[in-house]
Amino acid sequence: MSENKSEYLVDVRELKEYFPVKTGFFKKIPLKAVDGVSFHIKEGETLGLVGESGCGKTTVGRTLLRLYEPTGGEFYFNGELVTAKNIGPLRRQMQMVFQDPYSSLDPRMTVEDIIGEPLDVHHLYSGKAERHDKVLHLMELVGLNAEHATRYAHEFSGGQRQRIGIARALAVNPKFIVCDEPVSALDVSIQAQVINMFEELQEKLGVAYLFIAHDLLVVHHISKRIAVMYLGRIVEIADADELNEHPIHPYTLSLLSAVPIPDPKKARASRRIVLEGDVPSPLHMPSGCPFRTRCRYCTDRCKKECPPLTDRGNGHMVACWNA
Amino acid sequence: MTVGKHRSKVRKFKERNQDRMTENYDIPAPKKRKLSLQIDPAKFEKATDEEKKQADVMAESTTFFKDGMRKLLRNPLAIIAIVILCIVIATIIIAPHVVPYGYDEIITVNGVRDKRAANLSPFQFSDMEKQYMEESGEKLFPHIMGTDELCRDYFIRVVYGTRVSLLVGIFASLMVLIIGTVYGSISGYAGGRVDLIMMRIVDIIYSLPDLLIIILLSVVFKETMDFSRVPVIGKLGTNMVSMFIVFGLLYWVGMARLVRGQILTIKQNEYILAAQAIGAKPGRVIRKHIIPNCISVIIIMTAQEIPSAIFTESYLSFIGLGVQLPMPSLGSLANAARSGMQSYPWKLVFPAVMIILIVLAFNLLGDSMRDAFDPRLRQ
Repeated sequence: MSENKSEYLVDVRELKEYFPVKTGFFKKIPLKAVDGVSFHIKEGETLGLVGESGCGKTTVGRTLLRLYEPTGGEFYFNGELVTAKNIGPLRRQMQMVFQDPYSSLDPRMTVEDIIGEPLDVHHLYSGKAERHDKVLHLMELVGLNAEHATRYAHEFSGGQRQRIGIARALAVNPKFIVCDEPVSALDVSIQAQVINMFEELQEKLGVAYLFIAHDLLVVHHISKRIAVMYLGRIVEIADADELNEHPIHPYTLSLLSAVPIPDPKKARASRRIVLEGDVPSPLHMPSGCPFRTRCRYCTDRCKKECPPLTDRGNGHMVACWNA
Repeated sequence: MTVGKHRSKVRKFKERNQDRMTENYDIPAPKKRKLSLQIDPAKFEKATDEEKKQADVMAESTTFFKDGMRKLLRNPLAIIAIVILCIVIATIIIAPHVVPYGYDEIITVNGVRDKRAANLSPFQFSDMEKQYMEESGEKLFPHIMGTDELCRDYFIRVVYGTRVSLLVGIFASLMVLIIGTVYGSISGYAGGRVDLIMMRIVDIIYSLPDLLIIILLSVVFKETMDFSRVPVIGKLGTNMVSMFIVFGLLYWVGMARLVRGQILTIKQNEYILAAQAIGAKPGRVIRKHIIPNCISVIIIMTAQEIPSAIFTESYLSFIGLGVQLPMPSLGSLANAARSGMQSYPWKLVFPAVMIILIVLAFNLLGDSMRDAFDPRLRQ
């Protein structure tokens, strides 16, 4: 794996996560939340991961951090294969920012204890004074006042809480942060602040992000590359601008057509591609291409074979037989 | 087209009313941008440093515990319960030092056993005592609750009985607290198959008859073990040992179920996932995140467990399986009073009232604590 070490910080290959679901007394069938996802992220780069609710975005992020035990696939971090054994020390290099700033902070802990917890767990300080200094430095980094340190999480607004969550993730000085919809619970003006902060922190500290979101505009703003997920698979992955301007997969096309355009004249001219039907249940995946049940271009081949991700030039990968 | 028409109408209306509006009201003349707020920056002044500081002052940070205590102390029922408990505890601590009689001493006057001082009513002195007081002019300490059939001061016996009952109650519920919390948190946190097996064990224990086991154990202990040299337990007797064992074996299941249920709900919160993502070990997650978040429920449960333990001790003493004589407990006092109930009713009333007071106070306290600390009842 020597070639990985030089090129990619995060290298995920065919990641699979199945959850067993009881359907009868002894019967269990797998729920394929993530079914063969591969991507890679370079150091200091951001990969955006978009898709509708329930398509497995969050599961990807949590499986990477081994909050769930993966069913299959490999994950190389800095060239090192991540296993259940070496995840402990690796958690100093990978961290996570959670979606809901209201439930991701312990209501019984002060801000100082919340941010200091990763320091406690990994023994990253020698005395109480050093811990306090480190916490204050982190708070300053994310734009919180020093006097907030003794307060409890419920005394803060959503944006401030998310900053606390980010400071907690930064405490171990990680190289890679999984941002699991970090702004979707915030209102739009706060979203902008937090996203700009993510970008500033990336410039300052050189962290790489896996930025999970369902808002294409947000993802386009922050990401270098974007991956589009549908039903546990990546259907298209490309550079952010390339994906925005030349989407190929029919699902990406419909997603992009749903993005509101701030200019009313252009908005009137554009045509929305409305998908028919609902997302199939991941318990009963359609045969062949997972998107075929809602795809306008569906052919017999789509029903039989699942399309692999193929390169259409410049690293623009698409999983579709027809496009 | 319709939009255009509407706009022209608005413009006409504005033109017609332009003069009147500017005359009657002090509205600044519209500037170039008609949609802007038309705020005049000249009317504003910059905030001074002092004013800026004022904006930083926020309310004092309140913790969950402080907030709960404040609510608890506002509840009159809780205050009544606390006052009753304080009086009872103060009495059982101070009384043995003040009252010159012992719980196992027959009343003696001037070194002579007073055999006729049995079954005195409250504040009554026996003939010998009266005679002694007249002769020496000394005042003897009154028998506040009279004496029992063996010429012992009844007040001090009730005090010691309360001591035993309270100690048993608190100790037993502490044991329930520790075992139940540890068992419940492991079961709830581990989940899956471990949880299933642990909870089936709880179900089995739940179905065992507690009284039968206490009787069996006391019989076995009486035959095989000798606790008479162990400091406190020696005086309380082997029955108490078997009772504590039964509490440790059987009574924690309710607490374990409650804690498990709490943990199952707390586990759903993202901060547990966050702690795991940080790399915290399960023990740390339970100690630092889960237990502090369900501690209020545990405290309340313990407060409600104390009266139930006192009750258990009382009825065991009542049926003769309680503390070893001559050490009294409230239950055994009540049992002894049963025989002379028609002639000396106060001997039943005093221990019974004591049990009622303690149990009622703990129940009231437990209830008010639940009201004060239950997050679902907070606003």
